[in-house]
Amino acid sequence: MRLSLTSKLSVISALLPALMVMLVVYIGATSWTAWMSLTNSRMLPNNNFVGFRQYQLLFTNDRWITSVHNIIIYGVLFVSLALLIGILLAVAIDQRVRAEDTIRSIYLYPYSMSFVVTGLVWQWLLNPTLGVQYVLRSWGFAGATFDWIVRPETAIYCLVIAGVWQASGLVMAIMLAGLRGVDDEIWKAARVDGLPKWRVYISIIIPMMGASFATATVLLSTAVVRLYDLSVSMTNGGPGIASEVPAKFVMDHLFERANIGLATAAATTMLVTVIAVVAPYLYWRARKGEVR
Amino acid sequence: MERSNVDITKLQIGFGGLKVLENLDLHVDASEFLVLLGPSGCGKSTLLNAIAGLIEVKGGQIRIGDRDVTWAEPKDRGIAMVFQSYALYPRMSVRKNLSFGLKVARTPQGEIDSRVGEAAKMLRLTELLDRRPSELSGGQRQRVAIGRALVRHAGVYLFDEPLSNLDAQLRAELRVEIKRLHARLGATMIYVTHDQIEALTLADRIAVMQGGVIQQLDTPKKIYREPANRFVASFVGSPAMNFLRGRIVRNGGPAFIAGDVRFDLNGYAFRSPLSDAPAVLGIRPEHIEIIGSDHPSAVTARVEMVEPMGADALIWCRLADGTAFSFRADADAKAGAGDVLGLRFPAEAFSLFDDQSGQRL
Repeated sequence: MRLSLTSKLSVISALLPALMVMLVVYIGATSWTAWMSLTNSRMLPNNNFVGFRQYQLLFTNDRWITSVHNIIIYGVLFVSLALLIGILLAVAIDQRVRAEDTIRSIYLYPYSMSFVVTGLVWQWLLNPTLGVQYVLRSWGFAGATFDWIVRPETAIYCLVIAGVWQASGLVMAIMLAGLRGVDDEIWKAARVDGLPKWRVYISIIIPMMGASFATATVLLSTAVVRLYDLSVSMTNGGPGIASEVPAKFVMDHLFERANIGLATAAATTMLVTVIAVVAPYLYWRARKGEVR
Repeated sequence: MERSNVDITKLQIGFGGLKVLENLDLHVDASEFLVLLGPSGCGKSTLLNAIAGLIEVKGGQIRIGDRDVTWAEPKDRGIAMVFQSYALYPRMSVRKNLSFGLKVARTPQGEIDSRVGEAAKMLRLTELLDRRPSELSGGQRQRVAIGRALVRHAGVYLFDEPLSNLDAQLRAELRVEIKRLHARLGATMIYVTHDQIEALTLADRIAVMQGGVIQQLDTPKKIYREPANRFVASFVGSPAMNFLRGRIVRNGGPAFIAGDVRFDLNGYAFRSPLSDAPAVLGIRPEHIEIIGSDHPSAVTARVEMVEPMGADALIWCRLADGTAFSFRADADAKAGAGDVLGLRFPAEAFSLFDDQSGQRL
């Protein structure tokens, strides 16, 4: 299609701001970060090229290794548990319960809270001296112990609990919309076929909800990658470095430890990992689109 | 194959304070093809869903194959059902759609395979067994849905407007296929539709419903020829029946007077005693004939418009007093707008209705 010069101009001028933002903010900043990771910048950026030295340092850094371990544990558990609980809540509400609107609002409520507030609340709840353990003991269960948050090997699971508590409501809302989109006649057909309800959900309804699952998984996965504030407000990476996460590693080294080189190396590693996961998926989607 | 009769007595269905069906009685013979016909909201789908056990009844009794199933689960009623939106299980292949219900009911695998094979052959689905519903056309999907009903080997097959989502040509094709299926299986079928052509072509008997009440339950021929009231008369038939308002007089032989036109009623089979009263005369467009305007019993009318319909033409006319009506004539009948025609209105083809109650006289 050939456009006249004036309409070309108006198209370009309309696209220009977005294009500039894209070029300067995303590509520009990302490239600069990648470049910085190849220098020995400390507190201030410099251009002394040192090759992959920062990456060598990064992957021998205990704190980084712990962060990576933690984000894998957190990512797998958080996404799968939030999906599982979200769908269970949605199925429960789908049974035409009374006061559905109220219950739905209550379930969705945690999502309206910031991660910092969520973190603080759960920090108190899980704190052995004033939270769940204290309450149980004061009720007379003298042996009750729930001290995951102060033990290094379990602290990361506390982040999972708080994260799942916050995100399940969102998954529930997405799934419920999917469930409500299911044709009523499919339910009738299944009843005539004599299928038990759980069987209908597992074999027929849930397989139909691919789009809802994709939406929920993408939203949850981005929450995993940017996990930072929950760690800061709940445990501040502790005890020791037991609940450090990559985003926190980057922020700490960038602004507190004055090590721009190492921070940008960590940030670039995160980006490459995300691309490595997303690129095959996008490629597969594009191929699928071509086939149709 | 088992063929069940269906007996419904004093059925009551309501939602909250709203009464949908009240004291409805209906008997369907084994191997009968019964069509429930009516406009949307007349209660026909509600009745079908009640027979299937998909909605709760408030009172009355439903018996299928001489077994009281009023409170039985759908799967235990010996029924199978086909839905308007096909309601196929979208992520399963055609084969899985047909077999899943049987599998869950722990039918032996050999039995499942033979039933699926048989249904697929009957409905020409054998080639499509490994496809997903999304890869099928609307007509194929509905055939799969019918197949899923057939493999249940039910005593009664229920159809809830199965052809309404299809385009006109496919609808006609599948209609024939369903009729053939009924002839072949001899199964009891109850079929809900708002399409009177479907009802007339398929049914052994039609139950015309309105406002939750069966207005008339009879063979298609009777429903068409002798509608029990004005509603049935106007709902069945396309192009629609003509209605003329006037009054019946006994003086000088029974006759119907509309404006200043007199229609002789000799030959009309009255159901109720004859009396002078306001009434409505109904006549189907194909029963009016052109005769010479000089004929002594001719009714003269002026042509307003001609609608050619291919095989024949629909001619719209007005009587002297302005009453409009239409009739069917040969496609090459020589009539044009403005012509004055002499027409014959045969009394034996009339349907007379009470002006107040709308009941057939």
